[in-house]
Amino acid sequence: MSSALDNLKSQFILNFVEKDRWRYFVSGLGVTLRITLFAVLIGIVLGTLVAIVRSTGDKLLPGMRKGPGRIFLGIANGLCKIYLTVIRGTPVVIQLMISYYIIFASSRNGVLIAIIAFGINSGAYVAEIVRAGIMSVDNGQMEAGRSLGFTFVQTMAYIIIPQAFKNVLPSLANEFIVLLKETSVAGYVAVRDLTKAGDIVRGTTYSAFMPLIGVALVYLILVVFFSWLVGKLERRLRASDH
Amino acid sequence: MKKILAVMLVLVFALSSVAFAENKGELHMGTNAHFPPYEYHEIVDGADTILGIDAEIAAAVCDYLGYTLVIDDMEFGAIISAVQTGKVDFGMAGMTVTDERKQSVNFSDTYATGIQVVIVKEGSPITTVDDLTADHNYAIGVQEATTGDLYCTWDVEDEGLGTVERYKTGADAVQALLTGKVDCVVIDNEPAKAFVAANEGLVILDTEYTIEDYAIAIALDNETLLNDINGALAALTADGTIPAIIAKYIPTED
Repeated sequence: MSSALDNLKSQFILNFVEKDRWRYFVSGLGVTLRITLFAVLIGIVLGTLVAIVRSTGDKLLPGMRKGPGRIFLGIANGLCKIYLTVIRGTPVVIQLMISYYIIFASSRNGVLIAIIAFGINSGAYVAEIVRAGIMSVDNGQMEAGRSLGFTFVQTMAYIIIPQAFKNVLPSLANEFIVLLKETSVAGYVAVRDLTKAGDIVRGTTYSAFMPLIGVALVYLILVVFFSWLVGKLERRLRASDH
Repeated sequence: MKKILAVMLVLVFALSSVAFAENKGELHMGTNAHFPPYEYHEIVDGADTILGIDAEIAAAVCDYLGYTLVIDDMEFGAIISAVQTGKVDFGMAGMTVTDERKQSVNFSDTYATGIQVVIVKEGSPITTVDDLTADHNYAIGVQEATTGDLYCTWDVEDEGLGTVERYKTGADAVQALLTGKVDCVVIDNEPAKAFVAANEGLVILDTEYTIEDYAIAIALDNETLLNDINGALAALTADGTIPAIIAKYIPTED
């Protein structure tokens, strides 16, 4: 038993302490958080815009008069549909490599490319979540807003979207958590995220246990922490229900 | 009903024991088959096959020892872990003996010599190996966890003289060099030649980065297999099998 403990201890020292290897994990964690945070911001902005176009398009297009407004909305709606189909129909790691080797071939900033690729990817999933949220808000809300003199954009921004976000917050938080874990494939384009940190250490020490378990624990702690944070936010938002 | 069940159980056990008996003669080899000419994928007679120096030497060794060879293709960084945990019986992937690796696995006798070289774009400011350590802050592309990665990490990155970008395969690193994401790629000479032949505008520097000995990795507690493999390597070198395999893939230039 004590020899097993000694073994664990020496493995721990070899993988984390020796040659300051823990620094790989700390800087990797920073990169993972940076990619996730900025990607989720891009995703929410992009996803909300796409969701507004899609839900408005589905609702208004059939009954719209012919004219530039209808053509514009029709094109925007079509583009959004293509975007959703392509992004949700291909694996994120392939999208990442296409961004890295083809679209942004001339850029050396792997982290930035990863942020954009994951942001665009996440946007497609957020769009469907937010669209469900917008559709869950009663039609009467839009009608009431418009009859009070708000423009379409004002009604969306002040009345519909806040209610929609509250409804879909759990799904959005889940998307954030999924994204956090999905960024672990960033290592494919030489980005040094948390997973890559474990790979680099594994590559020099050749022990599988400590780096993998260590990396897994960090991800788990992050997810538990963010879930807790979202839980708090949800309770705060629910307070206005009463 | 019970009788039928019992008969079926007996049948299942009998069948599975036959299956196990057949599997007894397999040796699993862990490799990363993106490393021509040591190991690479090719369609042979319509079937995906792993060819190369390592694959053929492994086949010869297994044949000599009376086993059937099964090749498992995995990431290079995973091979030593797979050997340690017994997922494969031995690892063979143009692997260089280093002190740190020796703490985790046993190495057989050397069966081939590898040379790490530097690939650059034509007209690159990098003209000698020393340029890499001359504090120009070059970005060096490598295949993750290969000796090229280890040496460049020690010589360049740890000294703060440049950065090392680690890719999953050598081909990815070369792709990054072609699109200008890295300034050079440090990789084994033989795959380097294959990559340079396949992509226009790339050259290999005249001076090599390092010279190293390739060996087979075997789990620390499997002394028997280590001795068997060493015996087979010696016998197959003596009867000319291994030199013939190497000569087949690497034509001598001089």
